[in-house]
Amino acid sequence: MTPAVDHDAEGRLVENILHFTHALRKAGVKVGTAQVETAIRAVAEAGFSKRIDFYHILRATLITRAEHLEVFHQVFAMFWRDPDFLTSLMHMLSPQLESEPERRKPDAGQRRAEEALSGAQQHKDHPQRDEMERQAILTWSGREVIRRKDFDQMSAAELAEAERAVRALDLPVKPIRTRRTRPDRYGARPDPRATLRAARRRAGEIERIERKAARTRHPDLVALCDISGSMSVYSRMLLRYMHAVTHAHDRGWGHVHAFTFGTSLTNVTRALRQNDPDLALATVGREASDWEGGTRIGAALARFNREWSRRVLTSGAVVILITDGLERDDLDLLDREAARLSRSAGRLIWLNPLLRWEGFAPLAGGVRTLLSHVDSFHACHSLDSLQALSDAFGQRGLRDRMLAEVRTGL
Amino acid sequence: MQARPDTIEDTIALLSAQNYVCGRDLGTVAYLALTLGKPLFLEGEAGVGKTEIAKALASALGRRLIRLQCYEGLDAASAIYEWNFAAQMVAIRTAEATGSVDRDTLQAELFSDAYLIRRPLLEALEPQDGGPPVLLIDEVDRTDEPFEAFLLEALSDYQVTIPEFGTVKAAEAPIVVLTSNRTREVHDALKRRCLYHWVDYPDFERELEILRKRVPEATEALTSEIVAFVHGLRGQDLFKSPGVAESIDWARCLVALDAVALSPALITDTLGALLKYQDDIARIAGAETTRLLDEARRGLMDAE
Repeated sequence: MTPAVDHDAEGRLVENILHFTHALRKAGVKVGTAQVETAIRAVAEAGFSKRIDFYHILRATLITRAEHLEVFHQVFAMFWRDPDFLTSLMHMLSPQLESEPERRKPDAGQRRAEEALSGAQQHKDHPQRDEMERQAILTWSGREVIRRKDFDQMSAAELAEAERAVRALDLPVKPIRTRRTRPDRYGARPDPRATLRAARRRAGEIERIERKAARTRHPDLVALCDISGSMSVYSRMLLRYMHAVTHAHDRGWGHVHAFTFGTSLTNVTRALRQNDPDLALATVGREASDWEGGTRIGAALARFNREWSRRVLTSGAVVILITDGLERDDLDLLDREAARLSRSAGRLIWLNPLLRWEGFAPLAGGVRTLLSHVDSFHACHSLDSLQALSDAFGQRGLRDRMLAEVRTGL
Repeated sequence: MQARPDTIEDTIALLSAQNYVCGRDLGTVAYLALTLGKPLFLEGEAGVGKTEIAKALASALGRRLIRLQCYEGLDAASAIYEWNFAAQMVAIRTAEATGSVDRDTLQAELFSDAYLIRRPLLEALEPQDGGPPVLLIDEVDRTDEPFEAFLLEALSDYQVTIPEFGTVKAAEAPIVVLTSNRTREVHDALKRRCLYHWVDYPDFERELEILRKRVPEATEALTSEIVAFVHGLRGQDLFKSPGVAESIDWARCLVALDAVALSPALITDTLGALLKYQDDIARIAGAETTRLLDEARRGLMDAE
């Protein structure tokens, strides 16, 4: 069924596959040259009578990670929509499309695909953003407002940045040394069992003394993320960050759990486990129902302590609490629950992303209360990039200085 | 020995004759793996039929299936080869007793083919009756990273180097299937040498077909109800959604209980075949079951 292709047409196909891989690379998918060669060979070998076969062949040869499947789908759909794809590209970028009365909600990964095909086309920034930000920061209240949230889609650059930031992240936490051991040729302790086991296979002959070393384990990570009105501008970035942490299998965290809280507490761990960041964020946006509402930190912590802490805070888990600490409600409750959380967590790290100026003094009641319970306190002055977030964790904690200020103030 | 399939359709038909129903995507990838001689890397949730495809391929092509189950701490000695030390010792003692053999002959004899214990990877490279075998490397994500390095040599050139013996190279490349449950990310270097495929839950029609093939004794009405209900379950927020393996198990349970149609009480009693976490069972048992069943029935009615 291999269609008889003349040499010229075949050459164009090869060229087009090459262009397509370039587009994939621009969309953030790493494709090696050997893979491209396999793809071309596979297409030549299998031939295709249907477009869908071509799609499957390219997918099997060019993609190696589940999280890239969605991007591949989008890039494929745009690239091979019609053979003269440049024309369609022009059409896509023309202003008529912008003014179409009803704009379809973009599929996950579409933005990355569009960017990849339009070169370094800059996306327009939203001018309203500054204003929104100001409003959001100045108002915080305890009212419960049910809101769903739609996030902007990720650009390829943003994704690369998230990965970089996660890799650079240096939390003040060391791997846990366990009582278990693992085989290690140059380990500190002899391993009599392994030595005898090896000897038994060699008719009792001991070839060398096996050795072992203590096994270290990476602690679990639990992130509690404030998504109330005052934090709303940052929530997308924080979630993006959490998604990257969840999927950084080599980064050295055990299990990663993520919760969002505003007026209520939502477990978003499973939503973040979805491969594609856009899909994951969209699910989080749907699942948590208290976006940009008020904050009840104390109540949220109480619920966490009661319903989740025994399940997720086992064996020395590290808790990152991301909030501005502006509590409207009962300070006694906050005090009690923060103390409990601090006792059950291996380490409680507080990140305050809203520290706006250098001379910040811990005057707000909630801030003071929380400060006395956390193990370390980090702050960044603006949270416009994930780099800032990573840097904040890298700096020395501010807790002791702040606590001293609280004491002298009293 | 069955000949290699010539087209994608042939591959799908071949697998289908072994009661393995696969979509066109998996069929294409399987065909490519057979034609290009590249390993097939399958990732996906537990119970979607990753291991089954290797078995189906082996029996369809009349090849031997060699299985390497991976686990933490798997080393070269138990995956590739090992010298039969005890037999070597006996040979040395015998040589000592007779006192006739010179050193070089003994050396050559001790490290010869006869004293080599073959483990799955080496075995797969040797010629077999009926053609090169199907090598299934199951749950490769459970091994340690150093082991992946062994696999790299074995899978890219289909050869293994034994220092005392030389290089063993397969005359004809075996058909290799690797599976992973994605408990950790397998290194890209390994994946790039393979054809990658993410095995998803099947859609309604395909799962129906799978159940018809696998559990032919169930009535048609029961089968469609089972599939509709399981599909409803997969939409729920569960700790572990039921895979195809679970729906086949469940269908067999229901057939054993002589069921002809689903009822909430029956579902609650047999839910253990479908859901494997207490939290999930507690969530679904009771009123939720009735709701899901009603929804499934409504869906079936609409489809008709």
